[in-house]
Amino acid sequence: MPETFTYTFDTPIYKGKTSFSTGLYIDGKWVDGSKKTTIDVINPTNGKIITKISQATSEDVDLAVVAAQKAFDTVWGLNTPGTKRGALLNKLGDLMQEHFDELAALEALDNGKTFGWAQDVDVTDSIATIKYYAGWADKIQGKTIETTQHKLTYTRHEPIGVVGQIIPWNFPLMMMAWKLGPALATGNCIVLKPSEFTPLTAIRMSELIHQAGFPPGVVNILAGYGGTAGAAIAEHPHIDKVAFTGSTLVGRKIMEASARTNLKNVTLELGGKSPNIIFDDADIDQAVKFTSHGIFWNHGQACCAGSRIFVHAKVYDEFLVKFTEKAKSLKIGDPFGIGTYQGPQVSQIQFDRIMGYIDSGKEQGATVHLGGERHGEEGYFIKPTIFTDVKPDMKIVQEEIFGPVGVVIKFDNDEDVLRQANDTMYGLAAAVFSKNIDRALQVAHKLKAGTAWVNCINQLHPQVPFGGFKQSGIGRELGEYALENYTAVKAVHVNFSLNVE
Amino acid sequence: MTSVQVTIAATGKVLNVPTGLFINNEFVSSVDSQDKIECIDPATENAICSVTAGSATDIDLAVRAARNAFKTSWGKNVTGFERSRLLNKLADLMERDAQDLAELESLNNGKPVKIARDFDIGDSVACLRYYAGFADKIVGQTIEIDNKTKVAFTKHDPIGVCGQIIPWNYPIQMWAWKVAPALACGCTIVMKPSEFTPLTALKLSELIVEAGFPPGVVNTIPSLGSVGGAALSAHLDVDKIAFTGSTVTGRKILEAAAKSNLKKVSLELGGKSPQLVFESADLEEASKWAALGILYNTGQDCTAGSRVYVQDTVYDAFLEKLVEKAKALTISHAFDEKSGGGPVVSKVQYDKIWSYIDSGKQEGAKCILGGVKRSGKGYYVDPTSVRLLLIYALTAYAMTVFTEIRPDMKIVKDEIFGPVLSVGRFATEDEGIELANNTSYGLGAGLHSNDASQCMRVSQALEAGTVWVNQYNLLYNNVPFGGKKQSGIGRELGSHALDEYTSVKAIHWNYGEKLDWPL
Repeated sequence: MPETFTYTFDTPIYKGKTSFSTGLYIDGKWVDGSKKTTIDVINPTNGKIITKISQATSEDVDLAVVAAQKAFDTVWGLNTPGTKRGALLNKLGDLMQEHFDELAALEALDNGKTFGWAQDVDVTDSIATIKYYAGWADKIQGKTIETTQHKLTYTRHEPIGVVGQIIPWNFPLMMMAWKLGPALATGNCIVLKPSEFTPLTAIRMSELIHQAGFPPGVVNILAGYGGTAGAAIAEHPHIDKVAFTGSTLVGRKIMEASARTNLKNVTLELGGKSPNIIFDDADIDQAVKFTSHGIFWNHGQACCAGSRIFVHAKVYDEFLVKFTEKAKSLKIGDPFGIGTYQGPQVSQIQFDRIMGYIDSGKEQGATVHLGGERHGEEGYFIKPTIFTDVKPDMKIVQEEIFGPVGVVIKFDNDEDVLRQANDTMYGLAAAVFSKNIDRALQVAHKLKAGTAWVNCINQLHPQVPFGGFKQSGIGRELGEYALENYTAVKAVHVNFSLNVE
Repeated sequence: MTSVQVTIAATGKVLNVPTGLFINNEFVSSVDSQDKIECIDPATENAICSVTAGSATDIDLAVRAARNAFKTSWGKNVTGFERSRLLNKLADLMERDAQDLAELESLNNGKPVKIARDFDIGDSVACLRYYAGFADKIVGQTIEIDNKTKVAFTKHDPIGVCGQIIPWNYPIQMWAWKVAPALACGCTIVMKPSEFTPLTALKLSELIVEAGFPPGVVNTIPSLGSVGGAALSAHLDVDKIAFTGSTVTGRKILEAAAKSNLKKVSLELGGKSPQLVFESADLEEASKWAALGILYNTGQDCTAGSRVYVQDTVYDAFLEKLVEKAKALTISHAFDEKSGGGPVVSKVQYDKIWSYIDSGKQEGAKCILGGVKRSGKGYYVDPTSVRLLLIYALTAYAMTVFTEIRPDMKIVKDEIFGPVLSVGRFATEDEGIELANNTSYGLGAGLHSNDASQCMRVSQALEAGTVWVNQYNLLYNNVPFGGKKQSGIGRELGSHALDEYTSVKAIHWNYGEKLDWPL
């Protein structure tokens, strides 16, 4: 029997309790992993173990797939009409709202983001996303198409069946909502693997999903390692679609696995090295605030982080002074501390990686304008860092760091900055700051990115699609567009009156 | 203050019913009129209560309130997400109060409580939730013109202040069909419920407040059609009028709109909907659907299948089954869970239906069922059984059936809006289709056949906004509904209803073209 994890929060800004089974959620039950092994979940604030959770391996994935397929064939898929699927999603949203602070606190504990950010963004947007897709559930429509007078030709947008979903550790709950919403609205059954670094809110959600009334087998939640459970999902012959959010490196592996096995449909949300361009006619004060949000939000652990900051020569000095001041004002510390903006990075591995990039920046001759070092003695805290005097071929300019490290690049030519901005294998997002809307739109339309922000950055809405060009991904999440990821189009040709010889 | 206590006789339950005009989230008196509307219980002919009758000036005040809300707290000032949340909340409240609302609806309209609760209100709650789901999904298009210098896109703006005039046959459901898409799109509303059945619209106004809609977003003005309805249709500051009711009144509304400010008009009007029974049909099933078609809601349904044409070869067999089905339906008191229908809504309707029955006989049609008035009045309960003599219940049987009809007879041409069925016959498919389409109406049509090719051909050929194949009368919130020909303009339900409450604006944004001048 899996253990129950109980935790009491006693902090200056939140007091409360959480308690839930740490088992895998398969076929409506909480169970040990087949190998009876566990994963230690670490608190990034101090490096200590929060709890153990059950570990899923490939045998567990097999069990989940069987349960999911059975549910799909009997009680889910098109056996449950859209109005009912929508009602269950709405109920889930209501339950999340009931447990709002508890979810936010759990997220902050597990991931290291502040309780305040978890409340204002993560939990709020997760609920909004679930409710948004609840509204779509009874509106999945095909078309009737004119061909000849002998025929009725139409399309059906059918659920795919059993889908695998692998989500990352940077926005654990939100990434779960982005995946569950469209998949369930369209009638699919799910095998979802949360990150081994941040499984707690996903496991807590399994109880809310159960309480909402989703039949057993419709949603299965299996925490495990990417190399084992994740790979098992990617390779599974009876999973017909896999959706992955994470690094480009792992995204390739998943696509390869699909190619090697059953050619399952693959959608990917991968990395980015998103450019943020500040023109000389920008509102500098606003640009500074947004730029800070662009790179320091979530400790830089955002796929769409505006990590390459291009500033026009005419306003470079003013911008840099103000930006540095803003960065200095960001308080690092305990996610449950009063006034904290930035908590620790999520894990030792990430910490080491980011510090490695900072070192490489120094080695390759960039200037550490701010930060560039650890904060404190305990946990994975890194100070907001700004590099200047960089060259395009430096690692810190080319590669995704995924930490609170921004590089600032001076430019004076519109054409050239556009070229530099697009000179990356990534294409997730981009931002442009200019009060001259003509200039802003011309640049925005030429940026090779799935999201272009004009005079803002890092703003997402459940109704608006999000996804990458180039090696930042395949497919779009959010909005109506996400529904395509989870439906299979069947064309039906009904001949009424054509007889052949 | 402006409310009464209404007692449900059968259970003794007391309901508090507001009787004032609902403007800016408050119930108020008329500013310049003492007139009242008396609400009658059609099962007993007793008065239930009186409500304030709104005047043209009251309508004007309501429109002002709606306009103000549209400019400040609603319209483009509220997100789709918030509109969705409020509509879902309203649905929850309606569901919570379903029993009370059903009893009030039954009292005022006559339909059985079970049907009001499980069908009318059940569907209405689902309708609110369906449009709640659309509220944050009102999208326009971005359109390619010239990538270097221009971006063109459309916005689907809320139309503005909408006048909504609803009928007495499904008071709550017609309220939901109008309110839900209008609010989802961001419009504000002045609702004029039928003067016969205003009570549930007033009670629902309380839920509008409880759900949290800002003042002025929904306003409810009970009023006579010739007063309030006319005032709304002619009002210079109402952007759109949506009406469900008779074709006669629909014309007046369209005319008033044309003469005033060319407000947008959508109309759901009458019908004389045909059902065709072909020889390959499952006659047992077809007879049930045919019975449903004319008996549901005591025939007071715009899509009532009031003409049935049966193929010669199965005519006698079908007719026998149809009569059997008619006799099987119980018309009983409102709280009888087995009751399949109630009285018609008013004396006016009662007299009108009887005059058609008389005309049918006079013009030579053969009445094979019904056609004889019940005697007596009042609600009579004896110790051993419930025996109900409904003043407006027409005959000893649920419906009246005429055969040997001709196309020129009034009972065949006019909408009767009661449980009176005309049954004809045809030989060939083409003849059947021609008979079916021979009407100025085009709301619904049904066909019963087991020949798939025939189903396809006939459903394509029938001139109606809704065609039922091997079925009749059943509607779903996500499937559009409306009339061809003189049955209406526009569509309700489904995604199409959104078109009725949005206005498309195209924005051409030049960000790079300099104009060569002079030309």
